[in-house]
Amino acid sequence: MTTTTPGIRKTAPSAGARRGRRGGGVMRSTGLWIATGVAVVLFLIPFYVLLRNAFSTDAQITGDHWEFFPTHLQWGNISELFDDQTVPFARSLLNSAVVAVSMTAGILLVCSLAGYALARIPYRHANKIFYVVLGTLMVPTSVTFVPSFVLVSSLGWVDTYRGLIIPGLFSGFTCFLFRQYFLGFPKELEEAARVDGLGHWGAYWRVVVPNSLNFFAAIATITFINGWNAFLWPLVIGQDPNAWTVQVALSSYITNQTVVFHQIFMATAISILPLLCVFLFLQRWLVQGIAQTGIKG
Amino acid sequence: MSTTTKPALTSPAPVKSRPARTRRGLRGSRTFNFWLFISPFLAGLVIFVYVPIGWSVYLSFFDARFTVTPSKFIGFDNYTYMLTDPKFVHSLGTFTVFAAFIVPTTWAMSLGLALLVNRLRFMRAFFRSVFFLPTACSYVAASLIWKMSLFSGVRFGLANTVLGWFGIDNIAWLASPDPPWYWLVIVTARLWLQSGFYMILFLAALQNIPGELYEAAAIDGARPGWQTFRHITLPQLRATSTAVVLLLLIAAYQAFDEFYNLLDKTTWGRPPLVELYYTALGTEQDYGAGSAGAVILTALIIVVTLFQGRIMGFGRGDESK
Repeated sequence: MTTTTPGIRKTAPSAGARRGRRGGGVMRSTGLWIATGVAVVLFLIPFYVLLRNAFSTDAQITGDHWEFFPTHLQWGNISELFDDQTVPFARSLLNSAVVAVSMTAGILLVCSLAGYALARIPYRHANKIFYVVLGTLMVPTSVTFVPSFVLVSSLGWVDTYRGLIIPGLFSGFTCFLFRQYFLGFPKELEEAARVDGLGHWGAYWRVVVPNSLNFFAAIATITFINGWNAFLWPLVIGQDPNAWTVQVALSSYITNQTVVFHQIFMATAISILPLLCVFLFLQRWLVQGIAQTGIKG
Repeated sequence: MSTTTKPALTSPAPVKSRPARTRRGLRGSRTFNFWLFISPFLAGLVIFVYVPIGWSVYLSFFDARFTVTPSKFIGFDNYTYMLTDPKFVHSLGTFTVFAAFIVPTTWAMSLGLALLVNRLRFMRAFFRSVFFLPTACSYVAASLIWKMSLFSGVRFGLANTVLGWFGIDNIAWLASPDPPWYWLVIVTARLWLQSGFYMILFLAALQNIPGELYEAAAIDGARPGWQTFRHITLPQLRATSTAVVLLLLIAAYQAFDEFYNLLDKTTWGRPPLVELYYTALGTEQDYGAGSAGAVILTALIIVVTLFQGRIMGFGRGDESK
């Protein structure tokens, strides 16, 4: 087997990094495509099952033989889901949207400011404070759910947006990621701003943030996904059905006595939809952000 | 907008710095700026992370059932209770089994996918997206699909339908711990959900490997395939592998969503967080014992993390990059 000489290539290397490729025989590339095909099918099956069931009747779902493509799509399942009053599904979607959006905005603001201070503002005790932040990374947030619940309930925040959102804003990990990012931010830009008479605060808002939008977008996407998909904390805090997020609502379907299959699957499909949109529009940033941030974590 | 300037930078712009001088004092000091930026975060961190942890440690020494303002000090009774509680001890075992399954399988699968996608010549972005897409699904949604349709234990579940083609009887995937088929359900669900995410990390790392290394290896007579993978790709991925394993372990510690939803009220297959959830917020509402459990778990996590950091040299790879 021979190695292809790099340089002469028809397709432009996307990330400038298509190195180390070995040219192969037909056998090798056939194997590659078979493996890819199998993996793709396995990864897409759950999505297919979800959509098939969401647009079927219960009889079709529980039928004797597996129907690969439902002959008749049940569009009525959508309105049926929202008309059903036993689970406040529309309300839970709204709750999730409010929680995920405000959480994203809050985390970006609070954690980026703190990360910037730790990276760029010289202060005698900065190191000690950095250890205070690092210390929380050792304790996974979900282990503190018992004490956090105790605190939040004594504040009277159970079943409120405050209780759902505020305790989640102080992510040591996100602050850490921002610090790492700001350490690598070109100092010259800030110095220029300083010469123009801006203080730290002014330089931050007028120079640093506008030049860091890619990174902010990446963190925002990841935070939004985590906020939308969070389950344990909303489950603990949302005791009243009107305070349920969409994940808690879905979970209540699972443990419910009467199972209406098509409704459950329709609800699941709708719960995934917003994130699929986020994915399609922001995928480039997301992938970049994960590649950038994840390794350093 | 404040017009403070740093003293170190005054020389190039003497005109601008003059008005700032007169307004110095607290606003101009670095200390002020530092606290201006960090205090919202720090205050929240103390109130919502450190205070609960402290409170939890405090509660763990008290008899605190149905109340969060305890009165009866009972010393280490909650700890002995939790450590001798077969359910809690069992949950630690469940976690160990789970981590032993999920960490290596996800590592191998995400690396495999990354290698696969990296080798493709066409439609790379498309295939990457396909493998990445499940990251958009929540654990609740995946549990629902897995439990209600793929592995539903009845004739119309997909897994049982496929087995039926080969004449194999229905398997009750989640309904019994013996044989422990529920592990297959839980591990596949998590594999599907998280492999794409780690694949991205590996892809980024693969693309950072200098091509010269492979050329040098080819000159030295290394055959492409296993040999180059073993002697070049794997060592070059060391830093990323370490980070991935650590992230996977942390994620495994947090396992709650799929266990809670897939296994519901069954007594088997409960990882520590699910067990703590039922202890503290179940019918008993035993916050004292729940807190003691949280403290024990936190201590374990810290020990394992430090131990693993020491062994795998986490952080070192970063600096050498």
